[in-house]
Amino acid sequence: MSDAGPDMNDDMSDTGAVDGVQPPAVEIRGASKIFNPGRHNEVKALEDIDLHIDQGDFVTLIGPSGCGKSTLLRLIAALVDASDGTVLVNGKTADAARLDRDYSMVFQRAGLFDWRNVSRNIELPLELMGWKAADRRRRSAEMLELVKLTEFARHHPAELSGGMQQRIAIARAMSFHPQLLLMDEPFGALDEMTREHMQNELLRIWSETQITVVFVTHSIPEAVFLSTKVAVMSPRPGRIAAVIDNGLGPRTDATRDDPAFFSNVTAVRDALRGGH
Amino acid sequence: MTAARTLLRSWLPPVVAAVVIFGGWEAVLAALRPDGFVLPPPSEIGSAVAENFDAIVTATGVTGFIIVTGLLAGVAVGAAFALLVTASRAANETLTPLAVAVNAVPIIALAPIFNAWFGLLSPRSNQAVVVVLVFFPIFINTARGLTQVEPSQIELMESYGAGRWRIMREVRIPNAMPFFFTALKLATSLAVIAAIVAEYFGGRQDALGNLITNSAGLTRYDDAWAAVLAGSLVGIGLYALAVLAERLVMPWYFTARRSA
Repeated sequence: MSDAGPDMNDDMSDTGAVDGVQPPAVEIRGASKIFNPGRHNEVKALEDIDLHIDQGDFVTLIGPSGCGKSTLLRLIAALVDASDGTVLVNGKTADAARLDRDYSMVFQRAGLFDWRNVSRNIELPLELMGWKAADRRRRSAEMLELVKLTEFARHHPAELSGGMQQRIAIARAMSFHPQLLLMDEPFGALDEMTREHMQNELLRIWSETQITVVFVTHSIPEAVFLSTKVAVMSPRPGRIAAVIDNGLGPRTDATRDDPAFFSNVTAVRDALRGGH
Repeated sequence: MTAARTLLRSWLPPVVAAVVIFGGWEAVLAALRPDGFVLPPPSEIGSAVAENFDAIVTATGVTGFIIVTGLLAGVAVGAAFALLVTASRAANETLTPLAVAVNAVPIIALAPIFNAWFGLLSPRSNQAVVVVLVFFPIFINTARGLTQVEPSQIELMESYGAGRWRIMREVRIPNAMPFFFTALKLATSLAVIAAIVAEYFGGRQDALGNLITNSAGLTRYDDAWAAVLAGSLVGIGLYALAVLAERLVMPWYFTARRSA
């Protein structure tokens, strides 16, 4: 295991690549999802989804409530099976990628375990992977450094603020250096100030680790500030209405006041309104 | 100094309350002087304890054994049922209605019937009443704790490729602990009640239940009260042990409560 920081992506390059050609992080073709098919409560959540996400991309899925964006994320995570179509993660089936631990998830609720202290929460996935205690300890310390909460290693989750808990959840998700981070409205429960701070932190971590991120949100400014591509979804049944390239370059707090930022916000808003 | 003060702060209120209650009880009875068998003053109960000390200690031992063994068995069966019901849908569909049906039976009313099963003088019938009475609150509370888990915590574990057993161990069981201990504290007093009332109908003759009915039958109410006192002490002791176990098993819970 390597030290913290820039060479974190050491063990990120060894999966999926064949002959030096990296398969896309996510490749979805003609996917649909119908819940409770054939029953009175049948719901068509997703229809004919095509989505291509390159390695290192930061893609947000945005759409109105109930458009299936969380379901789409769970399709990628293999927590929900597609009714039709194919979902490939790093060139493998989504379920194979899940079992290979190619990705990690962060939810709206931090979901830390009260019965574990902060450090042992971060170690949870490593324990499930059978890492030795000393290696786990070392990695957990590196992750705490990454999210800048080193001094809270021995605290219990209930002693931390909502924003700090979410940073621990990110540290836990990153602990085994997954190639793909799937985030389901992770900052949705935070106040505006904390939220902007967390967005900056996430972008810093993203640029330090070269990880691919798929990020679900219903906030247009959040989507535009964070991502390289914004996938705009239509109301149920969810479809991808547009994928907007969002090349704003390196973000700083000044980006939030940049005219280019606002014009992209407008573009996303128009796509959400019009759809197809 | 601060430690002594903290100790004083936590012990002083209950001690004061006890002194006021027992002192008032003694004083009111001394002033009104009703017939002693309605309610003997604490001093007479105290001397009854001293007079019958050996019999009371023996009876407390006999009944205490029934309470503790019945409690442990009831807790084990209740927790095992809860795990089964959570782990398997088939078990849930068959065992839960059964458990609910058993709970609907007035269990104390079974004591004379258990005597016929296990023998009139056997402590087994008393233990059986304790087991059946303790089982249900443990089962229902633990099962709730095992199932009332934040859905995203289950999804998180599944995203790490964890199987059902691992999810049970890492998420469901720790999550159920506060529920389990709440039920356990409830079960300690239920076990005391169940054992003593069951002894009214049968079981060993040197147990607390028989001591109470025999003394009351002979209008020796101070002796009966002395036996009730012994039963209460067993109940308080078991409750304290349950609280201690709770603190030892899930210190994190109290950290969370303190800062919440």
